Amino acid sequence: MMWPELGHMAMILATLLALLLVLVPLFPTLFPARIARVLALSHAGCVLLAFAVLLKSFYDNDFSVLLVANNSHSLLPWYYRLTATWGNHEGSMLLWALVLSLWMALVAIGVRSQTEQFVSRVLGIMGSIAIGFGLFILLTSSPFERVLPDVPVNGADLNPLLQDFAMIVHPPTLYMGYVGLCVAFAFALAALWEGRLDASWAKHVRPWVLAAWSFLTIGIALGSWWAYYELGWGGWWFWDPVENASLIPWLVATALLHSLAVTERRDAFRGWTLLLAILAFALSLLGTFLVRSGVLTSVHAFAADPSRGLFILVFLGIVIGGALLVYALRAAALVKPVRFAALSRETLLLVNNVLLLVAAATVLLGTLFPLLMDALGQGRYSVGPPYFNLAVGPVLLFVVALLAIAPVVRWQSTASGVFIRSLRLPLVALLLLVPVLAYVLPAHDRLAAIAGVLLSAWVWVIVVQALWQRWRSSARMHPRFLSMLVAHTGVAVTLFGVVMVGLYGEARDIRLAPKETYALGAYSFYLESIGSRTGPNYQAVVGKVLLIEGNDVRAELYPEKRHYRSGGKPMTEAAILPGLMRDVYVVLGEPLDGEAWSLRVQVKPAIRWIWIGAAIMALGGMLGIWAKRRTDSGRAP
Amino acid sequence: MHPLRKQRLWVVVFIVAFSSLAVALVMMALRENINLFYPPEKVLAGEAPVGKMIRIGGMVREGSVIREAGSLRVRFDVTDFKGTVPVVYEGILPDLFGEGQGVVTQGKLVDGVFEASEVLAKHDENYMPPELIDAMGPDHPGPKKKAP
Repeated sequence: MMWPELGHMAMILATLLALLLVLVPLFPTLFPARIARVLALSHAGCVLLAFAVLLKSFYDNDFSVLLVANNSHSLLPWYYRLTATWGNHEGSMLLWALVLSLWMALVAIGVRSQTEQFVSRVLGIMGSIAIGFGLFILLTSSPFERVLPDVPVNGADLNPLLQDFAMIVHPPTLYMGYVGLCVAFAFALAALWEGRLDASWAKHVRPWVLAAWSFLTIGIALGSWWAYYELGWGGWWFWDPVENASLIPWLVATALLHSLAVTERRDAFRGWTLLLAILAFALSLLGTFLVRSGVLTSVHAFAADPSRGLFILVFLGIVIGGALLVYALRAAALVKPVRFAALSRETLLLVNNVLLLVAAATVLLGTLFPLLMDALGQGRYSVGPPYFNLAVGPVLLFVVALLAIAPVVRWQSTASGVFIRSLRLPLVALLLLVPVLAYVLPAHDRLAAIAGVLLSAWVWVIVVQALWQRWRSSARMHPRFLSMLVAHTGVAVTLFGVVMVGLYGEARDIRLAPKETYALGAYSFYLESIGSRTGPNYQAVVGKVLLIEGNDVRAELYPEKRHYRSGGKPMTEAAILPGLMRDVYVVLGEPLDGEAWSLRVQVKPAIRWIWIGAAIMALGGMLGIWAKRRTDSGRAP
Repeated sequence: MHPLRKQRLWVVVFIVAFSSLAVALVMMALRENINLFYPPEKVLAGEAPVGKMIRIGGMVREGSVIREAGSLRVRFDVTDFKGTVPVVYEGILPDLFGEGQGVVTQGKLVDGVFEASEVLAKHDENYMPPELIDAMGPDHPGPKKKAP
C-alpha cells in the first residue's frame, strides 16, 4: 500500500525533469536541443503517474490519504469518487499540472516544422511554469498526505454540489483552455528570445491558440450550464469573481486569435500579438491565483491558506514580470510597420482588439475593486451584476455589431462602394424583419428586444449572404473563411439567447399547498403531492408538479430537496422541462405552515441558445485548426 | 503629415476615444452599483445610510426566524453580538440559511428595519464570509466546523 508515496515520488521526479528541461535551452553547449522533447514526454509520464495514483486512491476509498478522507465517501458512486479527485484544492492543482504536462507533450510530439533550438526553448519556458506548479504542489498542497495511524473509517464526503455530471467534465475542459494558452505564451517568449519572428511563426502558433480557445469556450459554457441547473438559481451567469476569472482570459484570447490572423496573413500587429499572447496566459495565471488563494469567496474557493496565496502571488509576479520585461527589452526589434487603409479588415480587427481588451479590463476592474478597496482600508465593498451589465454589456454589443461585417471587409483595403453595396441586401432584410418582430414579440420591452434580435440577425444575414455568394460563384470556400463564419454565427446564437432570457425570463417565488395551482404566463403549475425518495447516498423530499398548458398536462416535474447522509445542509435539485425555445424550471424551497411549501417557478425563453452558441463558436475554432492542416498539406488554395 | 504617421495618429485618437468612453461607463456603473458592507453594530450607531442599497451581515439570532402564515414573508434578526438589526425578506431562503448561521443580506434600511432584497447563500457549512470574520472578530468560533 505504498501507492501515495509512489505518487509523491513521481511528482518530485516530474519537477526535477522540468528543471532539466529549463536547463537544456539555457546551456545549449551542454545539452543537445533534441533531448528537450524526450524530457517533456518523461515529465508528462511522471505527472500522469502521480495523477493516476491519486485517482486510484479515490477509487479504492483509501481513507488513509487525508485528501480522500476529506473529500470522498465509500457510498459515493465510482464516477463521483473519480471526480472527487479534482473537487478539492490539492487535486485540482494536480490536474492543472497534469494538463500543463499534456500540452507540453503535445508540443514535443506535434511541432515538427520549427528548429530544434526553438522547440527546446518553447518547452523550457513551459518547463519553468511546470517547476512553479510542481513546487507549489509539493510544498504547500500535497495531495498525498497521509492520516496515520488513525485511519478514518469513512470519508467526510464530496460537497453534494459537486456530485454532478458537469463536475466530471467542466474542470478538465476549462483547464485545457486555461493552461493551453501557455503554448502561445511560450511561443511568444521563445520568439523574443530568438529575436526572430518570421511569417510562419503566427501560422504555427494559431492552431494552439484555437485549440485552447475552443476548450476555454466549452469549459466556460459547461460551468454556466452547471450553475444554471445545479445551484438551483436558474441564472446562467452571475458575474461571480470565479466566472470572471475565466471570462477575462477568454476575452484576451479572443483578441489574440484575431490579432494572430492579421500577423499571419499580413505580417502586421507583431508586437501587439506577442503582448496579447503573454497577457492571455498571465491573466489565466491570475485567475488561478484569484480562485485558489482564497482571496475571493465563492463555490470554487476550496481553502483559504495564506501560504498558498503568497506562493502563487510571488510565482505570478516572477512569471508575468519576467515575461513583460523580456517583451519590453526585445519586442521593438521584431516590430515592423505595415500600411493599411481605414476601411480594411486590419482596421476592423484592430477595433475588435481594442474593444475586447476594454471589456476584459472592465471585468478585471470590477473583480479586483473589492480586493483593492479592502487592501487600502476603504471598507468592504461588493460589486454587483448591474455594474458588469452596464459597463461590459455595451462594449460587447458593439463587438457583435462589428464582427457581423467581417465577411464583407477585405484585407488591406475595401472600396467603400463595394462595401456599401454588399451591405444593401442585409439591411433590407433587417428592415423587413422589424414588422415581423413587432408582431411576434411580447409587448413589454419590445423595443429593446427588437434591437437585440436585430443585432443577432445582422450577423446571420451577412453570413447567409456570404455563403450564398460563394455558392453562386462556385468559388471554393477557404476552410478558414468558413471557420470564421461558423464562430461568428455562434456569437449570434448566444446573443439571441441572452436577449430573450434577459428580457422575457420570468421568475416567481410562490407558496403552494398540495392541490393548489399557480398560473405564470401561458403555464399553470399544479402541486399534486409532496413525497419522498431514497438515493444512493441521500434521502430526498420530492414534489410532484404538473405543468399545465391550456387544458393539457405538458409534463410532470419532480423538484427535490436532498439530505445527504454525510450530513450538512439540504441540497436543492431543480426540475427542468428543457426546450429549444423555452425552459420551464421548478425548485422546491422550504416547508411552510401546514402542508404548504415555497416554490420558485421560472420560464426561461431560449436559454439553451446561449450554450448552443458557445458550442458553435468552439466548432468554428476547431474548423480553424482543420483549415490550417489542409493548408499545410497543400490541397487548399 | 507622413501617411504612416497620419494612420498612427488615427489609431491613437481612436484608442483614446474608446478608452475614455469605457472609463466613463465604468465610473458611472461603479458609482451606482457598488454596495458597502456594514455590521449590525455600525447600523445601530447610525453609520449606515438609510434608503440606500447596502449589505449587512452577521449571525442569524437563535429563535428569531418567524415566517408569516400564508405568505413568503419572513423576519429574522441579524446580530454581531454587539448589536442586532431586524430584517424582513420575502422569498425563498437559501439552503444554507439557518438560525445560528452566518448570513449576508443585501437591501435597504427603512425605519430601523432592514428590507432585504437578497439573502446570500454560503456555499458550504464550513465557509464563513470574510466580512463576517471581520465583523465578529477572529476569535468567535463561527458556525460549527465539520470535522476533517
